[in-house]
Amino acid sequence: MLKLEARPQPSKAMSFASPLIALTLTVVVAALLFIVLGKDPLVGLGAFFVEPLRGVRQLTEVALKATPLILCALGLAVCYRSNVWNIGAEGQFLLGAITAGGLALWVTTSGIHASRWVWTPLILLAGVIGGMAWAAIVALLRDRFNASEILVSLMLVYVAQQLVNYLVFVPWKDPMGFNFPQTKTFDTSTWLEMLVPRSRLHIGFAITLALVGVFWAFLFRSWRGYQLQVGGLAPAAARYAGFSARGALWTSMLISGGMAGLAGAMEAAGPLRQLTPHVSTGYGFTAIIVCFVGRLHPVGIVFSGLLLSMFLIGGELGQSRLGLPNALTGVFQGLLLFLLLACDTLINYRVRWQATRHVPVAKPAAPVTTEATP
Amino acid sequence: MLRLELIKLSKTYPAVKANDQVSLKVKPGEIHAVLGENGAGKSTLMKMIYGAVRPDEGQICWNDKEVQIRNPQEARALGISMVFQHFSLFDTLTAAENVWLGLDKSYTLADVTQRIDQVSKEYGLDVEPMRPVHTLSVGERQRVEIVRALLTKPQLLILDEPTSVLTPQAVEKLFVTLRKLASEGCSILYISHKLDEIRALCHNCTVLRGGRVTGEVDPTKETNASLSRLMIGAEPPQLQHIQARLGDTVLDVRDLSLAKQQHFGMSLAHISFNVRAGEIVGIAGVSGNGQQELMAALSGEDTRAAPDSIYLFGKPIGNQPPAKRRREGLHFVPEERLGRGAVPTLPLAANTLLTRDEAVRGGWIHINEVRALAEKLIANFNVKAGGPGAAAKSLSGGNLQKFIVGREIDSKPKLLIVSQPTWGVDVGAAAQIRGALLKLRDEGCAVLVVSEELDELFEICDRLLVISQGKVSPSTPTSKATIEQIGAWMSGLWTTAPEGEHAQA
Amino acid sequence: MNEIALLIAATLASGTTLAMAGLGLLLNEKAGVLNLGAEGMMLVGALAGFGAAYASGNDWVAFAAGAAAGAVMAMVFGVLVIWLNTNQYATGLALTLFGGGLSAFVGVNFAGKTLSDRGGVGIPGLADVPFFGPALFRQHPMTYIAIALMFALGWFLYRSRSGLVLRGVGESPESAHALGYRVRWIRLGAVMAGGALCGIAGAYLSVVRAPLWVEGVTAGSGWIALALTTFATWRPARVLLGAYLFGGVTMLQFYLQGEGVEIASQLLAMLPYLSTIVVLALISRNPTWIRINMPASLGRPFHPGS
Repeated sequence: MLKLEARPQPSKAMSFASPLIALTLTVVVAALLFIVLGKDPLVGLGAFFVEPLRGVRQLTEVALKATPLILCALGLAVCYRSNVWNIGAEGQFLLGAITAGGLALWVTTSGIHASRWVWTPLILLAGVIGGMAWAAIVALLRDRFNASEILVSLMLVYVAQQLVNYLVFVPWKDPMGFNFPQTKTFDTSTWLEMLVPRSRLHIGFAITLALVGVFWAFLFRSWRGYQLQVGGLAPAAARYAGFSARGALWTSMLISGGMAGLAGAMEAAGPLRQLTPHVSTGYGFTAIIVCFVGRLHPVGIVFSGLLLSMFLIGGELGQSRLGLPNALTGVFQGLLLFLLLACDTLINYRVRWQATRHVPVAKPAAPVTTEATP
Repeated sequence: MLRLELIKLSKTYPAVKANDQVSLKVKPGEIHAVLGENGAGKSTLMKMIYGAVRPDEGQICWNDKEVQIRNPQEARALGISMVFQHFSLFDTLTAAENVWLGLDKSYTLADVTQRIDQVSKEYGLDVEPMRPVHTLSVGERQRVEIVRALLTKPQLLILDEPTSVLTPQAVEKLFVTLRKLASEGCSILYISHKLDEIRALCHNCTVLRGGRVTGEVDPTKETNASLSRLMIGAEPPQLQHIQARLGDTVLDVRDLSLAKQQHFGMSLAHISFNVRAGEIVGIAGVSGNGQQELMAALSGEDTRAAPDSIYLFGKPIGNQPPAKRRREGLHFVPEERLGRGAVPTLPLAANTLLTRDEAVRGGWIHINEVRALAEKLIANFNVKAGGPGAAAKSLSGGNLQKFIVGREIDSKPKLLIVSQPTWGVDVGAAAQIRGALLKLRDEGCAVLVVSEELDELFEICDRLLVISQGKVSPSTPTSKATIEQIGAWMSGLWTTAPEGEHAQA
Repeated sequence: MNEIALLIAATLASGTTLAMAGLGLLLNEKAGVLNLGAEGMMLVGALAGFGAAYASGNDWVAFAAGAAAGAVMAMVFGVLVIWLNTNQYATGLALTLFGGGLSAFVGVNFAGKTLSDRGGVGIPGLADVPFFGPALFRQHPMTYIAIALMFALGWFLYRSRSGLVLRGVGESPESAHALGYRVRWIRLGAVMAGGALCGIAGAYLSVVRAPLWVEGVTAGSGWIALALTTFATWRPARVLLGAYLFGGVTMLQFYLQGEGVEIASQLLAMLPYLSTIVVLALISRNPTWIRINMPASLGRPFHPGS
């Protein structure tokens, strides 16, 4: 039978291989699922993995959807490495969209004129602050009251969703909007500058890539980053060293809240240019998967962010081309994460085949003469 | 007839052959010692007898019939019972419930409680059945374990290092119980590395080294030296002792009192003692008497103490965090290596950063310097490891301990506090570590050692004191101390009048 | 007066979902396993139950389907976490995300479909007692089952030997293993039983409470149920109490809306979540309290033979 045997040292090779194995298995299951649903598996897989990469326009869409995923995941990586389980990135994203959108709305309605280069930094900053503030609630409750950050951050997601609904249905509703729950479209001076002309890809993507480098340096070369990770790996060792657990909590929550808020701001001021109840298609949750598949590593997160962005677009293509429900994306995402976690076992354990010895029942057998021991 | 016979038993793990053709004979009513240092293969052997692990080769015979023991329930059914070194107790359950869970047959809880009372009286093992285990002292918990074993009416009782948690007087009481059991026909397997105890208690002794049997002897006819030779292949390494050259008082603990933080912890009360430069002071005591809390207060992991209850070079530091204390020259080696002294999955190089921040400037880590430090420690302290990139958990206990102790010694401390310096460490590494501590003290450092091994403390310390129930005894020079006296102090029986206390020159 | 009776009845009905799920999670956690996938298991159970009820018209078939779906999902989680030692938090999250995706995907077939109202049949005779009748005795049988389950679970955990074993496993799996108990199988059993109960809770929600299918019909109840076990300091009776409390808060928003209170519906909808946060903060404040009652091995991996 198969046995799991602990490795003395975590295997670096498996660290890289595990996501690839998980992806391959997901593809296999996906193909089977397509067959079961009566669709051509090659066309189905093509919709998810090939179509999104065809042509510059499609590539920019992949990059566009990857931007909020990567941003949120970078922040979450810091959190999870510190053993702070923030799963409310979705809520922090929404708050970032709200504060940034609020500022943009104010600019739009107040009629003050300034260039994009003035408003964009302010709007993005507003988003960061909004996300940080929402995350600060979680940190405060954990710090002061020892309340689980998992549950509090999650509850705040639902609250944030209702908050968005409230704002676009009531006070911020566009009076000229035919009673649709949406705000006015923001003034062009608040829009994000485009990176690739005639596409929807904005400078947010470039900012994101720059932040990847910043996060890499933070996690692997900075003193603070080291302290956070020791706190996550071995809390008693962190106490022994004198690293502050409270500092780790606040740092990681504020960083991840800020990043999620930034992503929300970019989404509001980038492709959407207004606030609606559908500001997020679950980016905050998908980012959790991006984070794990990317091994909680900034560079890995770029790849997994692009991959999951492809899943999202593939889901839309699958719907329009094959009539498959968009919800299929959710199935694949969840499956990928499951398989990844299973494959990750191989990093710390080896699989060995051990022949089972035929072991009779522990009833005393025929007496045996004892040999003289040397 | 033989109660238990092991014939050429072997067990191989991926990295090591834990037991190699081990043979052993135990008669009914015999107290049989299994002697070996850490890593010799004693635990694995016991696990095979107890059914937790299956042998790869060889046979086990029970009452002259061959058997296969597939799991602990089958072992119990045969009449084999084990008292573990690290207790298998459930803290939030009562003693009676704990015992109940260790029995197979379907007794009711009431039955079990009654039988506990019976057995307690019969063997002199005081156990209150209705008390939750977390309220019991370590010695009391061991009694629950033993009672649990006895209730299964064992024909063979295995005891794994039972005396590491007992005062010398309690050890004597345990021996009385064991001799009574043996006289009733129960065989006893006594696993230990304590030579004096084996010579006092046991009829027979099998010595293990490196997984093999190196001798089967009558311990009453052997000396410590001859047993030692069988156990480690040579005489125990002698350590050089120079007369202590005392300097200023480095550490001065004055009336340290600290309420317990954990529900299952121990409060500290009015602790006072000092350590001077150039001497090694030892704190003896059975675990669970406040050592952990005292260490946390001294290292800075617990900053609740009043600032003026702990002085370092005359400066009050009672509420300072670890990093600050390190900067003043106070370094600490904790008793848990993996998870506290080092992060198991991080490489040795990264582990140096836990207490050494010379390579950190302006908030950035200079990786090359970190590696260089690790390499230096590996070389200077004889650490067998796969290089500075080896994960801490890939090292053996002894080598990791050498690395951690080396890391702290290399930082040129003025006060080094070490908790359980050689726990779980093989004899060779233990000697090296003790030698390093003596060298440090000869160079003028103040050293404080907390240990549960009295032999170790007597070997390296200049002065001794005892911690019991969160209080600390007066100190006494090692040369004037006796095991009996220290044993009595471990039960809290010291007089507050300082008799035999080292003169404060 | 009648209104209050109706409010009580509504609270009991609403709290039953949380009660079932909460008791299931309690069983889980008593064995030392933290299953964050509650929401996912409830969603899958809700879908399975709705589909079964739609197809067969029989509620009990629906609940059985819900239980089976929840148990299967829990089994996948259990194998990963217990045998492969994957991170319990991450795997639980994966379960939630996967369960959400799966239920949304398969549920597309049922979008917008409804079932007939299955309100309280109640206990004949008692149901006509003034005030108490409408308040307490006109419930769907599942409400009474939940209460019975609480007693059964209490008896199991604190009066039976198997329950003692389970608690021992949750307290110290290493000790239980050393004594020869098959820790991994016991934990898997607890996880699957907990999953079945969450599945039933989901089915109850979609078949009796809603009764229609919409994506994400559980709206976070799984997470609230998780908060419940902490709030209840891991005791069955308190789980039920907490469930009704939260059920009451949920009903409160509808009541207030009905009373014409001048607060926007979206803000009222925040009530259950905000109150969960407040309660969590208050309960968690005392770390000692938590330590005594929380199964000591909760959330930590178990390696036999280490």
